[in-house]
Amino acid sequence: MATASGQKRTFVDRYPDEAGIVKANFLVAFVALGIGAFFGLVQALHRTDILRIIDSADYYTMLTGHGVLLAIVFTIFFLCGFFHWATARSLKQPAVSTLYSWAWFGLMTTGTVLATIAILGGFVPNLGISADVLFTFYAPLQAHPIFYIGLAMFIVGTWLAGADWFLSYREWRRDNKGERIPLQTFMVLTTMIMWYVSTIGIAVSVVFFLIPWSLGLIPSVNPLLTRTLFWYFGHPIVYFWLMPAYMMWYTILPKLSGGRLFSDPLARVVFLLFLLLSTPVGIHHQYLDPGIAEGFKFIAMTNTMFLLLPSLLTAFTAVASMEHGARQRGGEGYLRWLGALPWRDPAFTGMALAGILFAAGGFSGMINAGMNINYLIHNTLWVPGHFHLTVGTAVALTMMAGSYWLVPQLTGTKLYSRPIGLLQVIMWFIGMVFMSNAMHRAGLAGIPRRTAEPQYQNFDFVTPIGSIFELRVQIALGGTLLFLSVVLFLFNMLLTSLGEESDRPVDEYLPEPLSGPEGSPRVLDNLGLWTGIAVVLVILAYTLPVASIIQNGGGLFGGGLPVPVTISAGLDFVTTMVTGTVSSLLEVVA
Amino acid sequence: MEIHAYEKLWLALALVLIVGFIGTITYGAAGVGIEMIDDKGGTVDPATLDEHPKFGDPGVEKTGENQYDVYVVARQFVFEPGTTEPIRVPEGSTVTFHVTASDVIHGFEVVGTNANTMAIPGQVAEFTVEFDEPGEYGLLCNEYCGSGHHVMEGKLVVMEQSEFDSWYEQQQQEGEN
Repeated sequence: MATASGQKRTFVDRYPDEAGIVKANFLVAFVALGIGAFFGLVQALHRTDILRIIDSADYYTMLTGHGVLLAIVFTIFFLCGFFHWATARSLKQPAVSTLYSWAWFGLMTTGTVLATIAILGGFVPNLGISADVLFTFYAPLQAHPIFYIGLAMFIVGTWLAGADWFLSYREWRRDNKGERIPLQTFMVLTTMIMWYVSTIGIAVSVVFFLIPWSLGLIPSVNPLLTRTLFWYFGHPIVYFWLMPAYMMWYTILPKLSGGRLFSDPLARVVFLLFLLLSTPVGIHHQYLDPGIAEGFKFIAMTNTMFLLLPSLLTAFTAVASMEHGARQRGGEGYLRWLGALPWRDPAFTGMALAGILFAAGGFSGMINAGMNINYLIHNTLWVPGHFHLTVGTAVALTMMAGSYWLVPQLTGTKLYSRPIGLLQVIMWFIGMVFMSNAMHRAGLAGIPRRTAEPQYQNFDFVTPIGSIFELRVQIALGGTLLFLSVVLFLFNMLLTSLGEESDRPVDEYLPEPLSGPEGSPRVLDNLGLWTGIAVVLVILAYTLPVASIIQNGGGLFGGGLPVPVTISAGLDFVTTMVTGTVSSLLEVVA
Repeated sequence: MEIHAYEKLWLALALVLIVGFIGTITYGAAGVGIEMIDDKGGTVDPATLDEHPKFGDPGVEKTGENQYDVYVVARQFVFEPGTTEPIRVPEGSTVTFHVTASDVIHGFEVVGTNANTMAIPGQVAEFTVEFDEPGEYGLLCNEYCGSGHHVMEGKLVVMEQSEFDSWYEQQQQEGEN
């Protein structure tokens, strides 16, 4: 198969060192995906009362592991691998130093291992290490210091990774004065600038407050302050997950459809809008927090609504590019062209299905963003219903689908099985339809998120349509399908990487867009300017609320005494797990 | 910069949608007067909550004709009042809740309604609810607060006026003794 460069055929042939880094990142991401998905299965069965093999107190250890391993480790390691691939591919040059690339990967991995040890420590109470503080780790619930230290190392690792891509860009710029930044590199750089701006919040929270506090160096922290700093980072991280998925929809999906990207300039505008708007909105997660004035919440709400714009534009471009591809393949009619798309290709089908569910997730997100209707669904099961459609499908399914196209380029092998891949992405779609629609509806009935028990002693939940039992069955069924889907995915990836070298390897060629970058104003490439505007917007949105939180909430350190999260003692997780599984299997057999 | 005609139309519709959303919410806040949780509840010292004039002995307090204040403390894993004793209010009353937490961050949700707030140590969430019909409501903690989070529940009872009055009087007398 010929490539644009006409030289060596695949990515792994031309950039073996980069392919190694990407593969290492993907390996960590996939291991995290496997463990996190297993925890998800146990939770789905436990809280719906279908199958209970753990103690309810251990549920929160699993929930922490599920959140951190999937939403942080899987997504961000995948992103780092993908960005490393995209930078080398689009700049057509290797990274500046392989040793440096391994250094950031090593730091991120070490941090991940430390945080994971702290989380899993929750299963073994006698160990004295635990981090049952969930994905959001709100103080004053306190985790073991190695959880926070691991987290800090991980974040610094991502900063160094970003620097790797900026260094590549600088070197490219030296040899290519006056040229437009290649689209994929442009997307990598703007995403990383957003990440630098937004991780400052979490870095300050972890390094200046949570680490010294968990080590006992300071007695207390201001709970509203650390919570606000968390959400300063906690919303932009949503876009850090989403940006690689968008990048695949903009640059890979059109090719898979058989066509070309609709508009390069609009793609750049979309990424810049995310850079500008995604950080000054975090307070929209705090509509129900006392101690923050209504006006600040209103500003966050307005910004959030404008953040819909780049997503709506993306929806247009993705569909337009697919339609163009379908027409290149002979598709005709108003809607009949849909049939001409390559639905047998799991990479294409996975991304297309992810896009469909993202539209549904986008609508439930608009409800979350609505300052007043939010009161009805805040902290109910509606919320995980929503983000299982966004990060759990738009992002995770796009990443899995993308892997079917990317991994063979990195290994030089053929995808082990396209039919299994196709089954896998369809199972994910169906599983998520069951689980997330039931979660949304359960949330409307008032069922809370993040709880191990499906019911309470003194009252019942009421649904307008259907029964609570039916909702529970849907959640359990959906969760089971999702877990099986992950098993199929990992199996396919494993056998792909173990396969023999292919005679006709997948190349990484991407066609030129219909409207190229030359049609867009040069100011779009002025990254310094956009960074400046982004910082100003953050200062405008956050200075006053943070100042008033510090002033009114007892200063920087006032307010919350530490509450370590120790689990009821004497529970050996492994024995509970094994005996529980055996006894429930026996029940089924009998 | 060249933008396709359909893309321009889409862009315009997207902006109309966004401005429309902001408009309805602004109307909800300014026109209909839907009240948000904000900073008007003030702050307290969570370490000395027991000595606080209101949160030291939290409960229901009559402040005017048909007007009541309810003080609630959330702590691992109970609401005071709410869990051992239900929160009692009379029908047709206007009740202002003052909710805080003494240890970690909790949630305070009256099931199936939009009476919902975070309870954060050091901060007081203040919001006003009107109760029209007598009935019983479930109350639960919707923010993870530790290994017993799932047992943290309570009840809110909207009583008939006469029933409430005799209960309230009895409470007052017990308080004086």
